[in-house]
Amino acid sequence: METYGQHQYPGRLFVVEGVDGSGKSTQIALLRQWLISEGFTVFFSEWNSSPLVKKTTSRGKKKQLLTPTTFSLIHATDFADRTEHDIIPPLKAGAIVLADRYVYTAFARDVARGVDSEWVRELYQFAVKPTMAFYFRVPLDVSLSRILTGRSELKYYEAGMDLGLSNDPHESFKLFQQRIVNEYESMINEFGLTVMDATLPIPEQQRQMRTLVYPHLQGVRRLRNSAHETVWVRPAREMQAAEEHENWSSDR
Amino acid sequence: MTGNGSNGSERSKERAALNGSSATPSKMERDIMTRLNFYGIDAIGLKARDEVLPGRLIVIEGPDGVGRTTQLSLLRPWLESSGYAVVDTEMTRSVLAGNGLKRAKEGNTLGPITLTLFYATDFVDRFEGQILPALRAGFIVLTDRYIYSLIARANVRGVDSKWLRSIYGLALKPDAIFYLKVGLEDLIPRVLQGSGFDYWESGMDMRLGEDLFESFVNYQTRMLQEYEKMIVPYNFQVIDATLPVEQISEQLKQRILPLLPQG
Repeated sequence: METYGQHQYPGRLFVVEGVDGSGKSTQIALLRQWLISEGFTVFFSEWNSSPLVKKTTSRGKKKQLLTPTTFSLIHATDFADRTEHDIIPPLKAGAIVLADRYVYTAFARDVARGVDSEWVRELYQFAVKPTMAFYFRVPLDVSLSRILTGRSELKYYEAGMDLGLSNDPHESFKLFQQRIVNEYESMINEFGLTVMDATLPIPEQQRQMRTLVYPHLQGVRRLRNSAHETVWVRPAREMQAAEEHENWSSDR
Repeated sequence: MTGNGSNGSERSKERAALNGSSATPSKMERDIMTRLNFYGIDAIGLKARDEVLPGRLIVIEGPDGVGRTTQLSLLRPWLESSGYAVVDTEMTRSVLAGNGLKRAKEGNTLGPITLTLFYATDFVDRFEGQILPALRAGFIVLTDRYIYSLIARANVRGVDSKWLRSIYGLALKPDAIFYLKVGLEDLIPRVLQGSGFDYWESGMDMRLGEDLFESFVNYQTRMLQEYEKMIVPYNFQVIDATLPVEQISEQLKQRILPLLPQG
């Protein structure tokens, strides 16, 4: 039985957290490129993507069958499947595992939905403790404008419509996101999250992230030697891609 | 168990059940509703909503093939003919997760933690979607297994039992839990006569034996031990399932009768 604690596996686990529109997916994609170019074996796992579970989740969402408790449980089931397949085996094999959203997403969203915070923390006891967890902090009006610009429709659960905060999806989304931000803020000390200023330019955030990740890579096996002499030289093409990465669509 | 403070009358009732004497509740106790008592955290928040549950929650537990379904099918018409509205529910039949769980079990990639949580999702969907609404509406809820079989299955698969108790801590304590008990030697012919040895009910995912039979014996031996361990802490009422069907039914009716709401 894996409990939520420091793992002894040879691999490393880095996770990014934050509200929709914080830019965390962009940052972890850039981190991944860098790690690969440095010759590490990288395994990427995304929230809500288990092939065994996601059909049930999307059906539950589409038909609005989910209560806060079953919403929490079905996401925990998805996460468990990914822990048993995508996270623990690669860590055992000495790979670097990157996760776009981790248990903190569940803690933030579920508690914002009114699920007991102690219960949901117990629920995720089986999770592996990340080497580092980055929290991309962004003012709510910034993330909201990133998400809502050019989008007329918000999904029912995404907007937190199940909470009955407001009949207007946009208004409900704002209120729900505020609750989620409050939960994230309260978890910074509780779980030792590394706070990133998500209003900084993308390349600057990425530079900080690599600086923070670098010391943890000592002793991790590489498939081949670094493609670049110094790790701090960023391939220009990659950075350009980041600037162009304007896909702020809300993730799962 | 981190059980919420139980009141005096319940404790004495539990003690009576432990001593094997038939607990005969007083008229007053009989008329109160299903108590808002949980095994752990009330994660759904029923207490905050001041829930009133005038119905009754009655659980039949026991291994596969022990005759739970037969007994339930006898209890329902008996209750209905006495004027009680009955709802019955069983595992892996939830609207949300029933089909997904079934599909997931057809593959061979389902790990023990994922299996446990998939079952928990199924359970909570039925708990919130069927059991609670029926209890609110004053129904007698007969459930074919509850959290106990799920806990037993997970324990046998090496899942941390403290973790399990915290997940299922949101479950309401039933008004009665009847455990249909048999030994392995009586279980084998029943299962063979029924649907035969099933992959999961034989614990084939655990590689406990060379073939289905060997695995079944090893798995069910462990399962029966898990049920046995739960009798006292969860206050099971043990029924000898080797008795004739009619006799078991009679015993169940006698024990259920004093639990029913009057008038």
